[in-house]
Amino acid sequence: MYKRIFWSEEMKPKKRGKGILSRLLMAFFFRRKTPKIGIYGPPNAGKTTLANRIIHTFVDENEDVGAASDMPHETRRAVRRSGIMIDLKSKSVQSPDPNHGSDPEPKVKERKERAKGKLKLDVVDTPGLATKIDFHDFMAYGLEEEEAKRRAKEATEGVIEAIKWLDDIDGVVLLMDATEDPYTQTNVIIIGNMEARGTPIIIAANKVDLADAAPERIMNAFPQHPVIPISALKGENMERLYEEMARRFR
Amino acid sequence: MEVKMDLVSEDKINSMGSMEKLRFVLDGVKSGNIVVLEGGLTSEEQMKLIELTMTEVNEDFPGIEMNGYPTKRGFLNLRRKTRLTVIGPANTMHTIKKDNDLISAIISAI
Repeated sequence: MYKRIFWSEEMKPKKRGKGILSRLLMAFFFRRKTPKIGIYGPPNAGKTTLANRIIHTFVDENEDVGAASDMPHETRRAVRRSGIMIDLKSKSVQSPDPNHGSDPEPKVKERKERAKGKLKLDVVDTPGLATKIDFHDFMAYGLEEEEAKRRAKEATEGVIEAIKWLDDIDGVVLLMDATEDPYTQTNVIIIGNMEARGTPIIIAANKVDLADAAPERIMNAFPQHPVIPISALKGENMERLYEEMARRFR
Repeated sequence: MEVKMDLVSEDKINSMGSMEKLRFVLDGVKSGNIVVLEGGLTSEEQMKLIELTMTEVNEDFPGIEMNGYPTKRGFLNLRRKTRLTVIGPANTMHTIKKDNDLISAIISAI
C-alpha cells in the first residue's frame, strides 16, 4: 500500500539564513578584489584635481589626496586612496550635461540604471608622465636653481614610479588637457600600453570650462575609447565620468 | 654645429634584445644624435625607454623627444605592427605637428 503524502507548506524545511561562518568562508574564498584605478596623464592635466574631486564627492569634502598647483610635477609620488565607494544613487546630478539637450534628467536616470549604481575602488593619483624634465622649467616658476634641480630629480623618480604602478592597475582614467593637442607621444604610449595589457581605459577631456577647450579633438584622435568631457576644477559633467567608471571598472 | 642622424634598419633592430635595443637608442640620443628606427618600437618598449631615460636625466641631459606613427592592426586585430619611431635629445628636437602619418619636427643644434 502506498500512502499518499501531501506536501504542505508547513512541511517544507524552513529556509535558514546563511550562518556567519559560511558567510566568512564565502567572503574569504570568493572575495572580489577592489579594483585599483590609476589616474594617468601628462603633467598639469589636472590629475590631482580630479582625484581630490572624487574624494570630495564620495568620501569627505575636507580630505585631499594631494596639493594641486600650476607648476608641473607638483605630484612626485603616487598616492593611493583605498576603499572609495562610487555610489551614483546617493548623488544627485551635479551639473547638466551639455551633450544631451535641454532635458538631461531622463537620460541621466537611464545611464544611472545601466551603471548599476555602486562600485568600490581604490584611486591612485600618479605623477605626470613625461619624456623630458628640465630643471630650468621650474626656475621659470620662481624656484632657486638648487631647489629646481632637487624638484627635477624628484620628478624623474615620480615618472618611474608612475610607470611601475601600471603593473598593479586594473583600470585607467587617462586625463588630457582639452585645450592642448591630444596627439602627443606620451598619450599614445599610455593608450598603447593599456591596450596591450587589456586594461580598460576611460579618457577624460579635462578643462572644458576654459574657452579654448576642444574635447572633440580628443574624440577624433582616439575614437576607439570613451571620451568624457569634464572640468575637474568646476565639477562639470562629473556624473557622466562616474557612470562610465562604474560601468567600465566593475 | 652639425646634428648626426642614425637611420637604423628594421633588421638591425630585430636582431637586438629588448634591453640592448633601448640601450642602443639611449646611448645614441645621449651622444646628441637623432635616432630613426625603421619598424619602430612597441608601446611597451617606448614606456621602458621613458623609464630608462628618467634614470639618466641630469643637468646636461634633460631627456628625450620621441615620436612615431601609431601601430597598425594586423589580421583580426590580433597582431600589432609597429612603424617608424624617431627619438632625439629633448634640447635638440622639437615636435611641431604629429598625426597618424606625418611627424613635423625642428632639429636645432645646441
